[in-house]
Amino acid sequence: MMSAHPLLRLLDRGSTLFLVLLGAFAIAIPVLNLLVPAGSALHVSTYFVALFGKYVCYGLLALSIDLIWGYVGILSLGHGAFFALGGYAMGMYLMRQIGDRGVYANPILPDFMVFLNWSELPIFWYGFNNFAYAMLMVLLVPGLLAFVFGWFAFRSRVTGVYLSIITQAMTYALLLGFFRNNFGFGGNNGLTDFKDILGFNVQADGTRNALLVISCLMLAICFLLCRAIVTSKFGKVLIGIRDAESRTRFLGYRVEAYKLFVFTVSACMAGVAGALYVPQVGIINPGEFAPANSIEAVIWVAVGGRGTLTGAVLGAFVVNYAKTFFTSGFLAPYWLFMLGGLFIGTTLFMPRGIIGTYNNWRANQAEKKAAAKDNVVPAASPHAAE
Amino acid sequence: MPPPPPSKKATLSLRLSKREVPGSIAMGKFCDRVLAFVLAAGLLVAAAGLAHAGSYEDALEKFTTDEFADTADAVTEVATSGNPLAAPLIAALQDGRLQYSAKDKKVFIKTADDKLIDAATGKPFDGTAPDDLDTVRVNNRLRGVIDAANGALTLMAPDPNQRYESAQHVFKSRDAAVLPAVEKALEAEKTERVKKVLNEARAAILLGADDTSAPDRLAAIEVIRARGDQDSLALLQSLPADLPAEVRTAANAAIKAIERNLAIWNTVQNLWYGLSLGSVLLLAAIGLAITFGVMGVINMAHGEMVMLGAYTTYVVQDIIRTSYPGLFDYSLAFALPLAFLVAAIVGIIIERTVIRFLYGRPLETLLATWGISLVLMQAVRAVFGPTNKEVGNPSWMSGAFDLGGILITYNRMWIIVFTGIVFVALLAMLRFTRLGLEMRAVTQNRQMAAAVGIRTARIDALTFGLGSGIAGIAGVALSQIDNVSPNLGQGYIIDSFMVVVFGGVGNLWGTLVGALTLGIANKFLEPFAGAVLAKIAILVFIILFIQKRPRGMFALKGRAIEA
Repeated sequence: MMSAHPLLRLLDRGSTLFLVLLGAFAIAIPVLNLLVPAGSALHVSTYFVALFGKYVCYGLLALSIDLIWGYVGILSLGHGAFFALGGYAMGMYLMRQIGDRGVYANPILPDFMVFLNWSELPIFWYGFNNFAYAMLMVLLVPGLLAFVFGWFAFRSRVTGVYLSIITQAMTYALLLGFFRNNFGFGGNNGLTDFKDILGFNVQADGTRNALLVISCLMLAICFLLCRAIVTSKFGKVLIGIRDAESRTRFLGYRVEAYKLFVFTVSACMAGVAGALYVPQVGIINPGEFAPANSIEAVIWVAVGGRGTLTGAVLGAFVVNYAKTFFTSGFLAPYWLFMLGGLFIGTTLFMPRGIIGTYNNWRANQAEKKAAAKDNVVPAASPHAAE
Repeated sequence: MPPPPPSKKATLSLRLSKREVPGSIAMGKFCDRVLAFVLAAGLLVAAAGLAHAGSYEDALEKFTTDEFADTADAVTEVATSGNPLAAPLIAALQDGRLQYSAKDKKVFIKTADDKLIDAATGKPFDGTAPDDLDTVRVNNRLRGVIDAANGALTLMAPDPNQRYESAQHVFKSRDAAVLPAVEKALEAEKTERVKKVLNEARAAILLGADDTSAPDRLAAIEVIRARGDQDSLALLQSLPADLPAEVRTAANAAIKAIERNLAIWNTVQNLWYGLSLGSVLLLAAIGLAITFGVMGVINMAHGEMVMLGAYTTYVVQDIIRTSYPGLFDYSLAFALPLAFLVAAIVGIIIERTVIRFLYGRPLETLLATWGISLVLMQAVRAVFGPTNKEVGNPSWMSGAFDLGGILITYNRMWIIVFTGIVFVALLAMLRFTRLGLEMRAVTQNRQMAAAVGIRTARIDALTFGLGSGIAGIAGVALSQIDNVSPNLGQGYIIDSFMVVVFGGVGNLWGTLVGALTLGIANKFLEPFAGAVLAKIAILVFIILFIQKRPRGMFALKGRAIEA
């Protein structure tokens, strides 16, 4: 069984089901939105397309958190920072694409710089009119930050809650910084009023559907990448680190190198999620750096099932759908009670999350079946002996 | 007291105005007006200098001519007359309630309920109102004169604090028009500290005037130099360039001396602010440090315990305000034990119902307590509403006093004192009580403590209660300097974490040094970098610091490979 094609090795039953479902959504939603007439009962509104696209991005963020929390035991309370940095890189590209269509019609400077009386583009904005460069930055900026941060942190063996707290401090420091106007990222208001991406209008239905399909595709690719990491021998070491870090170190593995690699990969994935998120919601502002956002993303993973990649994505969808549903109705004042209850309830009663609990239940069922079979066999044997 | 040399000034002004409006037809009238205004503005104030008893009544008549210039004149004369009716009269003029009758040459103050008061006697007017009664008109120029007059009036106010404030105001405005009033007040003043400020105000005005003699200027510079604050510096720096050489050198020397002095006070002030911020951080973080030290769990709902303490203060004050207003000054004395109890009970409930089941899983505890903090915040929002609640300062906590060159507010000072008391009490508790001993034992080695018969589960619950209770009383203190809103705790939680991470756990001194270092460093960085960048710098510093000492400054020494 293990000798199958390496790609097939990645696809157990849950993963296949997940990818098939994701693919089905990625095809069905654009078809139902673009090809089915608006009056039809099957028509999917553009609002839903954008909403679903947003969930897919959240799913990717959850996946990146699950990779480090579920498999290496690093609880990052600052992953929202990598998400937001990726988002800002994309936002900067989109700002440069506005060109002279801004309120002040300046062909080079984004509106907020004209407003602040800046005369030229800051150096760190150079190159962002080039899509390829911007995409490189989407990966590079979060990746580099994660690498430097992780290099310092893991080398000095900062672990557990200490690491969680300083990741939170990191995103908090970035939050404070990005709120400042002279940081050069639009301050309080962030980056918004985007016009087009690669020449396509970001508001158009076609672009929205295309972004959704691309998001699904990126989620599938990142999912397979995570599967490849966690099912490999490398992944076994990661799980070893999670369960007994010192023991793994004493066995001769360079724990910090393993951690650093996965942390950086995870940050890049979060950056990609942020970059896909920004054109779909149309704005990126410093609020994305808020520590509360990062913690909320962690709870998606906990709800879906920590250490099960499909669970992380499922958790992101379930919690965010619940959030959309409850915050828009008369139940809005109770949403925070529910979210808080979700944090408490999941950790207390369902520490393995939805998928983990389901897997447990199935394993139990299988065991029972096996036990029942074992019982049947001895009962039958006397007859056979006769 | 040398009388002001007025005539030179007046002719100077006249000459200027003649040059400005050459060949004007209305020249004569214009000059009259300018002259009148100059009179009114107090640049020529013979009337004030030689004020005599009858001047109030004489001045009143000028209100009846319906000329702005005469009115201005009258205002200045009334203000410097020393008559007790002057203040209500000028207030009435300001509010458009001053009425006159040109025929009878009488002036009336109209009250809010449309009654007339004779301005000359202050008695209600009981005859029939004259039929040509009209309101005394006010224009912008006149409003300036009225403001100056008000300043002059308060310089004579019966309350010394009011006189002091007013003199300070004159020092800052340096309005030449009030010089006569200042000098008059200076003669009458008995209180030493008011006299000092009046003298400084006079010096400031003289220094700013064009016609002061060089010796007078030198004397004035000395007075200003002795004052030595930011305003004095600004005043000296704004002196015109074309001063006599010896005045210029004196001024420069004074500027240098004041700058040196200010630099020292600036450092003292930064230290004070840092100490104040540090004590707030210490108060918020100390409970967190205890629970983290003993139980190894980070309580994300710690900030909400602070918030509960602040709301307890609000409720206590609300009850006192509506039922026993006399007890308001003692409200904090009631709030402190109550806040401790409320927060401690909530803390123990949290420990018994949630945290107890998550031992050995610190990261899950972190998430669960975050959930609790969301629930608590939303619950408070549901009960008290999302807006800020007003929590008042008791009289002994409001106000401020000057200490050398810095302003010390009473509430900040009392919070520092209070923090010190809490710290010492906690230290004593850990050192000398049975519970303290057991808590230290569990912090150092949980298994061993359990093995010698300490009921660790009970210690955990009590520690959590204690930590939360201290957060509650921190809330009482913070309610005095911060807005009481459901988000109060969120603002302190990250800073408290930083203090704990920086100071290390298991040792209260670590928390103390951590809090004060962060507080003072923050305040010293602020002038260079601004508040936000200072905060970022501190966060980055801690992130780097923790690489060097992953368990904080005062880490527990032990043999455990994994904490």
